[in-house]
Amino acid sequence: MPDGLTLNKITSQKGIGITEAARRVADLGWTPSYVKEAMSFPTDYKISKAPRDPMKQVLRSYFPMQEEKDNRVYGALDAALRGDMFRNVEPRWIEWMKLFLAIIPFPEISAARSMATLGQLAPGDDLRTGFTMQMIDEFRHSTIQMNLKKWYMENYIDPAGFDITEKAFGKCYATTIGRQFGEAFLTGDAITASNIYLQVVAETAFTNTLFVAMPSEAARNGDYALPTVFLSVQSDESRHIGNGHSMLMSVLKEPDNHLLLERDIRYSFWQNHMIVDAAIGTIIEYGTKHRDKNKESYAELWHRWIFEDYYRTYMLPLEKYGIKIHHDDVHEAFDSIVKKNYVHKIAQFFSAGWWANFWRIEAMTERDFEWFESKYPGWYDEFGVWWENYAKLSKPGSVPITFADTGYVYPHRCWSSLVPCVIREDFTIDEVDGELFTYASEVDRWTHKEAFAAEYQGRPTPAMGRFSGRRQWEEVYDGWDLADAIQDMGFVRPDGKTLVAQPHLSFEEKDMWTLDHVRGHTIRSPLLALREMTPQQRQAHVEEYRKGFKIRRV
Amino acid sequence: MTMQETTSAAAGAKVFPGSDSRRYNYFEPKGRKATHYEDVTVDVQPDPERYLLQNWIISFGDGTPTYSKDWTALKCTDWHGYRAPDQEWERTHYQRQSTIVGMIQNVVENARRAGAPQRFDKAWVAVLQNHVGAFKHAEYGLGTALMRAQRYGYTQMVNNAILTNASYKLRFAQDLTLYLAEVGSDIGNFDLDAGKAHWLDDPIWQPCREAVEHIRAATDFLEQYFAVNLVFEPLVGELFRSGFVMQVAAAQNDFSTPSVISAAEADYERNLANAVELFALLLRDPVHGEDNRTMLQSWFSHHGGLAVKAALQLQPLWSLPRVKAANFVEAFERARGRVAAIGREIGIDADLPALPPVEVGQAAASAAVTAAVNGTAAE
Repeated sequence: MPDGLTLNKITSQKGIGITEAARRVADLGWTPSYVKEAMSFPTDYKISKAPRDPMKQVLRSYFPMQEEKDNRVYGALDAALRGDMFRNVEPRWIEWMKLFLAIIPFPEISAARSMATLGQLAPGDDLRTGFTMQMIDEFRHSTIQMNLKKWYMENYIDPAGFDITEKAFGKCYATTIGRQFGEAFLTGDAITASNIYLQVVAETAFTNTLFVAMPSEAARNGDYALPTVFLSVQSDESRHIGNGHSMLMSVLKEPDNHLLLERDIRYSFWQNHMIVDAAIGTIIEYGTKHRDKNKESYAELWHRWIFEDYYRTYMLPLEKYGIKIHHDDVHEAFDSIVKKNYVHKIAQFFSAGWWANFWRIEAMTERDFEWFESKYPGWYDEFGVWWENYAKLSKPGSVPITFADTGYVYPHRCWSSLVPCVIREDFTIDEVDGELFTYASEVDRWTHKEAFAAEYQGRPTPAMGRFSGRRQWEEVYDGWDLADAIQDMGFVRPDGKTLVAQPHLSFEEKDMWTLDHVRGHTIRSPLLALREMTPQQRQAHVEEYRKGFKIRRV
Repeated sequence: MTMQETTSAAAGAKVFPGSDSRRYNYFEPKGRKATHYEDVTVDVQPDPERYLLQNWIISFGDGTPTYSKDWTALKCTDWHGYRAPDQEWERTHYQRQSTIVGMIQNVVENARRAGAPQRFDKAWVAVLQNHVGAFKHAEYGLGTALMRAQRYGYTQMVNNAILTNASYKLRFAQDLTLYLAEVGSDIGNFDLDAGKAHWLDDPIWQPCREAVEHIRAATDFLEQYFAVNLVFEPLVGELFRSGFVMQVAAAQNDFSTPSVISAAEADYERNLANAVELFALLLRDPVHGEDNRTMLQSWFSHHGGLAVKAALQLQPLWSLPRVKAANFVEAFERARGRVAAIGREIGIDADLPALPPVEVGQAAASAAVTAAVNGTAAE
């Protein structure tokens, strides 16, 4: 073969470049003239500028790429089984996957649905392929995660909790928090939901902790499956971030939108912080057995991914377009993690109500204490005794820790994020439409009362969503016996009496709690009790609640 | 910890209550055992009438919840009973789409390598440029309508079937676009903008565009799904793809275009099966079946009239190729038979009047349109 001649050169054909291909594909659209399309998705935003597709991708390169990614994922799952992964995996970790994987497929598929919204709202057709890919990506994520969960169910020592997963998602007090996240992607003002909450905040900022930081912790606990699936998922997110930014740039062009953007970025950032940090912070910090003091804590990860990467390089530059950014919220979110022990208090709450879960939580041990103390100085003083009590009360026949004399005050729940109001000093209440509600913080109060309303700062916002449903789990089961509520939720193993949840990781039948062990205790809704108080009693209660509590040794 | 710890976390390492509960146990499989598709699909979109204890927790400004049964005029006593016959989930979807992409790429590369496009008949090149080029916009319009529709279904099974349908349609619209751009560059003087110009202004294509725009503008998502798969596709989509391009192209020295088009025909078989299964379920519904039948019949009347008009207006295309390997009357008869058979399958009357037994031309076409719109289907 002559020098410089290769097979590629012989067989190569003149093709069309990617820019030209993307331009041709975008030219498939047209403005209808026979029938005017009704705008199905409500928004108070004005969008006149067509967003541009920065990625310039076409579907014929997308499908083979995704198939190849899938091949790697499924190959890795097979390899994990051949390598006997489950012999060495940490049950403490896999148990939390029962919660995480019950929640996450719903937000994913909600994101797929929301591409209908953006596809219709965005003028022009340039970004349609981007939205199409995102729609199919989210379908991918939802079903690949359901598959992963099935795989855990089939191969992990204790499948209980995985076997009821989507039913549990509908019943559990904790999954409703995840549903607040997922429903926010596709309900209410279309731009607020699908562009700002989903793409600009959840995907651009918080998928880093969800899909990058968490898989790292999984690997440290012998779980190679979660990183395989979720890093593959995360590789799709960069496309979504591009879609979101392009759409945002289009929305920004209209000065009338700036007030709504300020509202929505504020609401979305704070609520993502409240929900994602509660769940993922707890799973990363409390679902691990790996206590290398050189690894980053969740607070450190947050600073890297959210503060440095997102806030400084994505949010801050929006100011030059005239968008007011609430810097104080970002600092407050960080402080809540590093100074106010937000994640630790949420973990404490999850363990306080362990019997209502559909996964197991084991007690923290001396080794965990040491790590926490080194990463969060002062941790033992506030939480050490709690976990010692928890260990002590983990044997069946003990008083469920919620009802033991530990000094713990069962928290109010935030009407906005649905996360419990665990930072007691930030607790606040307000009335909306003549009814009393509780909030974890001032921003949560603002979210409900001012952002999710028919008018914002004098401007009509008819498209904005509303909080609805039976938002507080405790209200649903107010006055119920624990055993009856657990049975009603279906969080009982196939023998009809043993709880799915256990406050330990023993797989001995004799160590497992049954309905009889929890019977005789009554669930009470803190909100209903608060509403029944006189104004004076309520004032006193709020002041007392804000003081917090000190845990006693049992 | 004081309790006994086990050394392995693998399935079977210990026996205890629930240790052998290794199937999702919260839904009824359609068959004896749940399929993989069912496991990864059923109940992922929750329902307050099943397990959603606290109901939907965000609503639209007007009080409509995150998902509502009121988004379609059709009613069902159990929306959760639907399963898509193609059983697609992400892995099978990517495998199939990727295989199609590879198939098309091989055919096009080989054709171009062999210099095939330069040997296409000149009259046929004009058909590709102007009319296959126009038809790609119809495919795109249907794809965008389905992309919108996948937001509104009451279960994951319904929405995912519509989502994959959108994915297939949008891929095919791009397949045609890029295929024409590539063979066009080999042929020379191939005007890539001509297809859109014909789509927007050529009288042959205006009823087709009108039919597609009516589907895009429909606000009932199941009307969109029905109109795409049970009306437009058999009457216009297949008519053009199989009844014209795939039958005629080879005689014009073109073996590659039918291969590209064939992918859409195979896509449609699956999407049709999914759609037929859903609408048959809705018509079998013991409570709402009759009302659903009335509604589908009225949708058929509306969209069927538009689709027949669109089909008949395409008739001059069959005269354009130099070698007349197919004729419109036979193609339309097949389409008429096809749509009637689909109607029988789900339980609606989709019999359209035959073309009048005169030489087919504009007058006959107009008569057939009138008959179709006012005839048996327009009850």
